[in-house]
Amino acid sequence: MTLLEVRGLTTAFATGSGDVSAIEEVGFTVAPGEVLGIVGESGSGKSVTALTIMGLLPRPPARVAAGSVRFEGSELIGLSEARMRALRGRGIAMVFQEPMTSLNPVLSIGEQVMETVRAHERTTRAGQRDRAIEMLGRVGIATPERRLDDFPHQLSGGMRQRVMLAIALICRPRLLIADEPTTALDVTIQAQILDLLLDLRAELGMAVIIITHNMGVIAETADRVLVMYAGRIVEQAPVGALFAYPAHPYTRGLLECVPTLETELDRLVAIPGVLPDPARRPPGCRYAPRCPLAIEACTRAIPPLHRVGAEHDAACIRTP
Amino acid sequence: MTSAEPTAPGTQLLGRLLRHRQFVTGAALFSIVLLAAILAPVIAPGDPTRIAMRLKFLPPSRDHLFGTDNFGRSLWSRVIWGAQLSVMTGLAVVALNAVFGTLFGALAGYFKRLDNVLMRISDALMAFPAILLAIGITAVLGPSTSDVILALAVVYVPRTARIVRSSVIVIREMEYVQAARACGAGDWRILRRHILPNSMAPLIVQLSFLFAYSVLTEATLSFLGLGAVPPTPTWGNIMAEGRQYMVQAPWIIAIPGVALMLTVLGLNLLGDGLRDVLDPRLRIQP
Repeated sequence: MTLLEVRGLTTAFATGSGDVSAIEEVGFTVAPGEVLGIVGESGSGKSVTALTIMGLLPRPPARVAAGSVRFEGSELIGLSEARMRALRGRGIAMVFQEPMTSLNPVLSIGEQVMETVRAHERTTRAGQRDRAIEMLGRVGIATPERRLDDFPHQLSGGMRQRVMLAIALICRPRLLIADEPTTALDVTIQAQILDLLLDLRAELGMAVIIITHNMGVIAETADRVLVMYAGRIVEQAPVGALFAYPAHPYTRGLLECVPTLETELDRLVAIPGVLPDPARRPPGCRYAPRCPLAIEACTRAIPPLHRVGAEHDAACIRTP
Repeated sequence: MTSAEPTAPGTQLLGRLLRHRQFVTGAALFSIVLLAAILAPVIAPGDPTRIAMRLKFLPPSRDHLFGTDNFGRSLWSRVIWGAQLSVMTGLAVVALNAVFGTLFGALAGYFKRLDNVLMRISDALMAFPAILLAIGITAVLGPSTSDVILALAVVYVPRTARIVRSSVIVIREMEYVQAARACGAGDWRILRRHILPNSMAPLIVQLSFLFAYSVLTEATLSFLGLGAVPPTPTWGNIMAEGRQYMVQAPWIIAIPGVALMLTVLGLNLLGDGLRDVLDPRLRIQP
C-alpha cells in the first residue's frame, strides 16, 4: 500500500524566454510510516518537488506540465484550491528551512499553533489551547503552558523549529514534508531535532519526506533515498544500499564530499563544475559535463532509470 | 531565554517610543491640541459666535486670553472650537484612509489580478490636486467641512493604498506566509492574521503625516472660503478675517496661525518618531 505516489511529475516555470522545467519526470512512492530522503545540491529540484506536491507554487509562473500526484489514492494535480487547502496541514504538512523567518513575529507561538487547528476544525478556544499545550510539550518545549504566550523573538532557533513542528503536526498529518529542517541550526541542535522528528514519526505513525543536501542527515534518518540532479532523479535506493553501493557517479561524488575521520585530507573534496542553468541544460545526461566517467554516448540521450540492484535504480549508462 | 513575563512586541515598542525625544515632544504638542478639542465645551464655554461690538479688537489680556476679533468675539473660544473642527477633519480623513487605503492596498498587493485595475484607478485619482478637487466638490455641493474631508479622502486614499500595497507585497513573500499556507490557511485568514498585522508600520507612519496634512489643507481651504462657512470658527477662516486687521490687531491672525503651526509640527515630530521606531529601514542617519 502506498501513501503517496508521484509519477512522471514535470513542473515548468514560464520565463521571458519560454518555459523552463524545474523538475522532469520525477516519480517515487512513499509508504505509510516510511522516511524518504531527497538529496541533491541547491537548485536540483528538491524543493520544487515538495512545493508541487503541496500545490504551493505560484501559478503562474509555475505550471505542472505533466504527471500525477496521488495521495491516499486520490489525485492532487488539478484539485481545487479549496480541496487542496483542506488537505494541507491535515493530510500533508510541511516544515520549512528557516525557523527564524517561518514564524509570524506578531503572533504568540500558542496562537500560531492554534491557527492550524482553527483552519481545519471547529473547536472551542479552550480545546485548542489544551491541544496546543499538549503538542508543544510533545515537541519538547518545557512548561508549554507558560511558553504558549511567548513571541517568536523570545525563542532560540532550535525552539522555533520545535514550534514549527508543533504547528505542522497538531492536526496529525499522514505525511510530513520537511524541507531542510535542520540546515539553519547548529550541529547539536540538528541532532536533537532529527531525533525528535523520528520519535514523532513513530508516535504519530506518519510518513516523512526529508529534503536535505546533507548526506549525514540522510544516513541518520531515511529508509529510502532519492538523489536528484538538475531536476531529475538520478538514483533511488534503500539507504543501506545507497551508501554501500552508490550506482550513479553523482551519488559517488556526493559521498566523496563527506569528510570522514579515517582519511586525512588537506582539502575537502568537491565535485568540479556547477549545476547547469535550467534554461541551458546540456544534451543527454545532465551530469556528463562534470562526470569523470562520461563518454561520448552520455551526451546523446537522457539515460533512463534502470534497475541496478534490489529496489535500487540509477540513471547512468556507465553503470551496468 | 528564561523570561518569566512574556513581553509582547507592543510593550517593547512603547518603551522605545517613550525614549524617542522627537516623538515625545510631538505627542505632547498634539495632546494639547487634542485635549483642547475634546474639552472645548468645558474650557471655552462662551459661544464662539457671540458678537459684542463693544469689545472688538481687545488685545490678549486676563479677561480675554487670546483677545477679541473685529466683532468682539472671544478668540479663545474661536480658536479652541476651531481646534475641534481641525481635529475632527483630521480624524475623519485618517479614518477613511485607514479603512479604504488598507482595503484597496491589501487587495491590490495580495491578489495580483486586482493589482493592475486598482493601481490604474489610483493613478488617475492621484493626478488630482487636493485643493482643486475640493474647489470642484464645493462648486457642486456648496462649502462645508465634509467637502474638505471628501476631497482629501479621494486624493489620499490612493496614496495610502499604495503604501499598504507595497508592504503587503513584501510580507506576502515571507516564509511565515508560505508556512501558514502549508498548514491549510486560506487567503482571507492569511491576509487578516499574517499579512496585515505585519504591514501596519508604514501605514501608521503615513497616517500621522496625513493627519498633519489634512489639518493644514482644511485650514487652507477654509482660508479660501471653501471649508466651513462663517461664523463657524475654523483656524482658516479666523485667519482669513484677521488678515484685514493684521496691522491693527495682529493677534487675530497670529494666534490661529501659531496653533496651526504647532499642531502640524507636533504631528510631524510624532510621525518622525513613529517612523524611526516602527520602520527603522527608513531612518536617515543624522
